[in-house]
Amino acid sequence: MDKFEKLTGIAAPMPLVNIDTDMIIPKVFLKTIKRSGLGVNLFDEMRYDREGNEIADFVLNKPQYRNAEILIAGDNFGCGSSREHAPWALADFGIKAVISTSFADIFFNNCFKNGILPIVLPREQVDLLMSDAEKGQNARMTVDLEAQVITTSDGAEIPFEVDAFRKHCLLNGLDDIGLTLEKKAAIDAFEAKAAQARPWV
Amino acid sequence: MPKTLYDKIWDAHVADEAEDGTCLLYIDRHLVHEVTSPQAFEGLRMAGRQVHAPDKTIAVPDHNVPTTLDRAKGIDNEESRIQVDALDQNARDFAIHYYPVDDIRQGIVHIVGPEQGWTLPGMTVVCGDSHTATHGAFGALAHGIGTSEVEHVLATQTLIQKKSKNMKVEITGKLNPGVTAKDITLAVIGKTGTAGGTGYVIEYCGEAIRDLSMEGRMTVCNMAIEGGARAGLIAPDETTFAYVKGRPHAPKGAQWDAALAWWKTLHSDDDAQWDKVITLKGEEIEPVVTWGTSPEDVLPISGVVPSPSDFTGGKVEAVKRALDYMGLKPGTPLSDIPVDAVFVGSCTNGRIEDLREVAKILKGKKVAEGVRMMIVPGSGLVREQAEEEGLADIFKQAGADWRLAGCSMCLAMNPDQLAPEERCASTSNRNFEGRQGYKGRTHLVSPAMAAAAAITGHLTDVREMI
Ligand code: SF4
Repeated sequence: MDKFEKLTGIAAPMPLVNIDTDMIIPKVFLKTIKRSGLGVNLFDEMRYDREGNEIADFVLNKPQYRNAEILIAGDNFGCGSSREHAPWALADFGIKAVISTSFADIFFNNCFKNGILPIVLPREQVDLLMSDAEKGQNARMTVDLEAQVITTSDGAEIPFEVDAFRKHCLLNGLDDIGLTLEKKAAIDAFEAKAAQARPWV
Repeated sequence: MPKTLYDKIWDAHVADEAEDGTCLLYIDRHLVHEVTSPQAFEGLRMAGRQVHAPDKTIAVPDHNVPTTLDRAKGIDNEESRIQVDALDQNARDFAIHYYPVDDIRQGIVHIVGPEQGWTLPGMTVVCGDSHTATHGAFGALAHGIGTSEVEHVLATQTLIQKKSKNMKVEITGKLNPGVTAKDITLAVIGKTGTAGGTGYVIEYCGEAIRDLSMEGRMTVCNMAIEGGARAGLIAPDETTFAYVKGRPHAPKGAQWDAALAWWKTLHSDDDAQWDKVITLKGEEIEPVVTWGTSPEDVLPISGVVPSPSDFTGGKVEAVKRALDYMGLKPGTPLSDIPVDAVFVGSCTNGRIEDLREVAKILKGKKVAEGVRMMIVPGSGLVREQAEEEGLADIFKQAGADWRLAGCSMCLAMNPDQLAPEERCASTSNRNFEGRQGYKGRTHLVSPAMAAAAAITGHLTDVREMI
């Protein structure tokens, strides 16, 4: 996994609540057996019409947001299916951070596994960032994971919380599986004990 | 210290705990399907890793498989075929348990697991699928995971987790006739919203839950995820034990006795602490339908389509968009909404009891002119049982399309799809935009309500028919 470097980029506003993973990446694109290449189909049904033409007023089709790297989203972003294709598509498009008042649990986890930082903030702060993002091209925000601070285009600083272990993994681009396998002895010991206690499993 | 059921299962599965509370949770059963696993197996191969516990790993193709009677001829869509072939290959290469498409035991992964006795009380169960919550009906801690986590579980048989909070959802009293498990679970989401459960594991309890069969309990837990919860749980009891006993992979003999003794301790202590409690009165729950594009957009069938002005905040825009997408006008009585299609099936409502409910209403009646009704059993064994019980004859005589097992039009990855603007009463679990087909319009209902709509051709209060 790539390291999460300090990010300065354009933020796209998506105030709609309950944006689900079917919207982020419709099921027709789940048939791939690869992780890559899903970015062109990110938000496919909102982004293109049936003939495949771009829908002009969809935020990521607007010239000022085509290179967005941050999404400011409405409540409960990423609800629905567990498909990791959703963060794969976001990452492939170039989105590196998503900010909302709340995220669905599985999507939230999936982001960290793919180098995307999901940030939960109180409503007033999300509203503030949303209006900042609406300024378009010039509204470059900075997300500093190390310092846990977002800086808006006019210099306001918003601190955020992030789980220490996840922060460590993102900053260093660490692979979870490798880390867990370092604890193989503990897993084996647990397994032996559980086999005694619950032999029917 | 008094514990909840969730606390007890959690404590029994922590293999390692770091100082900050991050745990390695040991996984007893890992269920796998073809859509969310290919990249995980590929990752294993690339890293030269093995499946840690192939004996605890069970795979079945379900999302992409055709449900037409001629499916033995193979899958037409090339990408779907590649995905199913990849699962075949991965199951072989990594020597995991497997139910291929032509096995009578094949079906939707969340129906196959319990049916085969893989899912047992007190277990930890995961699958790269959000509706893994279904297995919570057995008092198992069961939840969906992403593909990276699938790979993690394959490689280590553990999951990196932090503990969720405890929520109790109590349904007191008795349900009225015509009201089912589906109405309970939708009513709860209507009350909490789709984010109400975020950060929690829900335990459902109360008389109305105790009175449910295992099938009904699975329906309730299945949709815990639509309420945002990590998992839903129901404490195991005699109903659970009777269902489990004798299943192919359930314990036998002395092991059964040992298992049963432990299972009987799996309930929340009387003085357990809850972070959130919600109570609904069973008598007050009505048959419900969804009118919008989020499962929280739910109302009793006696209601009318709401107006955006009934809402506040970000929901106003979402409701405008939903009504436009659904082609509905505020104030329209829900029971006046005509349907073009009816879908019975999915891991929410594709079990034998669901089909019995549908047959009860459909018996001797016809599906309305111009309505197409698709009935898709959750597994090959459910299909077989429905045929033996004569349910299939009732379906066919009514003019419904009786198909083979799979996810089918629950998410329409195979050819079972709605046409644009086609409106469907569906027993599945998601009414998202495009879920059942591009621009398709979904109203979530119980099996009995689906059958009622099929007969009248519009959303209908099933209580008028019983
Ligand atoms: S039936 Fe629907 S919800 Fe259930 S596993 Fe299949 S696609 Fe997912």
